[in-house]
Amino acid sequence: MPADFLSNLYVFILAGFVGFELIKRVSPLLHTPLMSLTNALDAIVVVAAIIITGREETPLATVLGAIAIAASFSNMVGGFFITDRMLRMFKTGKTQKP
Amino acid sequence: MTPAAIQQSLDFAYIVAVVLFILAIKWLSSPVSARRGVLVGEIAAALAVGATLCNPELVSYKWIFITLIIGAAIGIPLGMVHMTAVPQRTALSHAFGALSAAMIGIAEYYVGVPNVTRFGMGEISLEVIIGSLTFTGSLIAAGKLQEILPQRPIVYRGQNFVSLSVLSAALLLAIALVVNPANTVLFPIMVVVSLAFGVLLVTPIGGADMPTVISLLNSYAGFSAALLGFVLNSKVLVVAGALDGSSGFILSVIMCKAMNRSFTNVMFGAFGQVQAGAAAVAEARPVRSASPEEAAGILAAANTVVIVPGYGMAVAQAQHKVRELYDLLTKKGVDVKFGIHPVAGRMPGHMNVLLAEADIPYERLVEMEEINSEMPQTDVALIIGANDVTNPAARTDASSPIYGMPIVEVDKARTVMVIKRSMSPGFAGIDNPLYYLDKTLMLFGDAKQFVGSIVRELTGGHS
Repeated sequence: MPADFLSNLYVFILAGFVGFELIKRVSPLLHTPLMSLTNALDAIVVVAAIIITGREETPLATVLGAIAIAASFSNMVGGFFITDRMLRMFKTGKTQKP
Repeated sequence: MTPAAIQQSLDFAYIVAVVLFILAIKWLSSPVSARRGVLVGEIAAALAVGATLCNPELVSYKWIFITLIIGAAIGIPLGMVHMTAVPQRTALSHAFGALSAAMIGIAEYYVGVPNVTRFGMGEISLEVIIGSLTFTGSLIAAGKLQEILPQRPIVYRGQNFVSLSVLSAALLLAIALVVNPANTVLFPIMVVVSLAFGVLLVTPIGGADMPTVISLLNSYAGFSAALLGFVLNSKVLVVAGALDGSSGFILSVIMCKAMNRSFTNVMFGAFGQVQAGAAAVAEARPVRSASPEEAAGILAAANTVVIVPGYGMAVAQAQHKVRELYDLLTKKGVDVKFGIHPVAGRMPGHMNVLLAEADIPYERLVEMEEINSEMPQTDVALIIGANDVTNPAARTDASSPIYGMPIVEVDKARTVMVIKRSMSPGFAGIDNPLYYLDKTLMLFGDAKQFVGSIVRELTGGHS
C-alpha cells in the first residue's frame, strides 16, 4: 500500500470528522446556502484540471482537462455568487423596520 | 526560486486555503456570520487557483484561460437564477462537479497507462465510477426538477434487478482493470456502464423524494472529488471533497429522518406508486370550504397564526403575496410565524430561501419541532401548498405509507385553513384526513391568487 495513500486517508478521515461536527451545527434555515457553498468549495478540483490541461501531455488529456476546467470553474463562480445572493436575503426583523 | 522552493510555496498556499475552507463552513452556521464565510471561501478559492497558475509544470496557458472564461460565462448566469429554480441549479452543479472529477480521472488514466499501478487503478476506477454515475444521475434529477422529465417515479418490472446488474457490471470491469491496468478497451466500457447506472439510479425516484436525492448526489460529488485527491495525491482535494461529502451525507440523513424512511427505501422504493391507486377509490367525504372574505375575517380575529408553506407555494410563486399577508397581519397585532418542515420543497432549506427572498425576517421561520410545541396555543394554522408534511395519518394510521413520519402538527391548532387547488391527493397520492376535520376550512384556488384575495379583503379594498 503506497505511503501517500495512508497519509491521504488520515487527512480524509480527519477532514470528514471536522466536516461532520461543523455541518451538524449549521441551522436548517441555511441548508440551501450550505449546499451551494460546499459545492463551490468542492469546485477546487479546478486546480487539478488546470494542471492536467496546462501540461499538454496528450491531446486527449488536454481536452478532458479543458472540459473539467469549464465545468468546475462554473461551479466555483456560480456557487459563491448564488450563496452570497441567498445570504443577503436573510434579514432580521430589527434591521428591516423603517 | 528553485523548483522545490516554488513547490513548497504552492503547498503552503493550499494549506492556507484548506484552513479558510473550514472557517467558511464554520461561519455559515449562523445567518449573522454566514456572509463572512462566503468571503473567506472566495479568498481561499482565489488563493488556490492563483497558486496553481504559478505551477512551473504548466507549459501553456491558452486552453486554461479560454476554459476559465467559458466556465465563468456559464457560472454567472447559473448564479443569477430565480430562487424557485435553485433546486435544479443545485442538481446541475452536482453534475458539473462530478463531470469535472470524472474527466480528470479519465485523463489521468490515459496519461499514466501503461504505467498505472494496480493500486492506482483501483483508486481511478472507483473515482471514475462514482463521478460518472453522479454526473448522469444529477442531470436526470435536474431534468425532473426543471420538469423537462416527468416528476412521477418511472418504474418497470424487474427494475432493481436491472439497476443492480448494471452496477455489478461496472464493478466487475473495475476489478478486471485492477488485474490488468493496461487493458485500455475495458476502461471506456466501464465509464459508459457507470454513466448508464446513474440514469437508472435516479429515473425511478419521484419529485417528492428530491430533497434526499439531491443531498445524496451532493455527497457522491464530494466523495468523487476526495477520491480524485487520492488519485492525484492532492490534500486540498481530499479535504474539500471530505467536507462536501460529509455535508451531503448529513443532509441526506436529516432528510431521510424527516420522512421516516431509509436510504434503501428512497433509492429503491419508488414511493407513492401503490397508494396512487388506493386514493383514487377513496369515497368523497364532505369538507367545509370558505371564501377569501371568511378566511380574512378569521385571520384578522386571531392572536396567533402559523403559516405552513410547501412546494405548492413555490410552484405558484406565492411567497411575495404571503409576505404582504404577513405584513398586514403583523400590523394588526397578530403574531405570525412560519412552520417549516425539513422536507418541504424540493431541496433542504428550500422554503427558508424562498421566504427570505420575500423579505420575511428569518426569526419568523421556525423549525418543525419548535413550532409543534406552540401548535396547541395557535389560533389559525394556514397551510399553503403543503400536504403530506401536515398529514395527521402519519401519527394515527399505522397502515398509512407515511406512518411514523414527523409532521407539522397543524391539526392541534384551533382552526386549520388549507389553500389547495382541488381535493386531488398530493404528490405521493396519499389521502389527507386533515381536510375532513370539523375545524378545517378548505380554501380552493391558486395559492398566489387566493392569498392575494385575502390581502385585498384585509386592506378593505373591494375590487
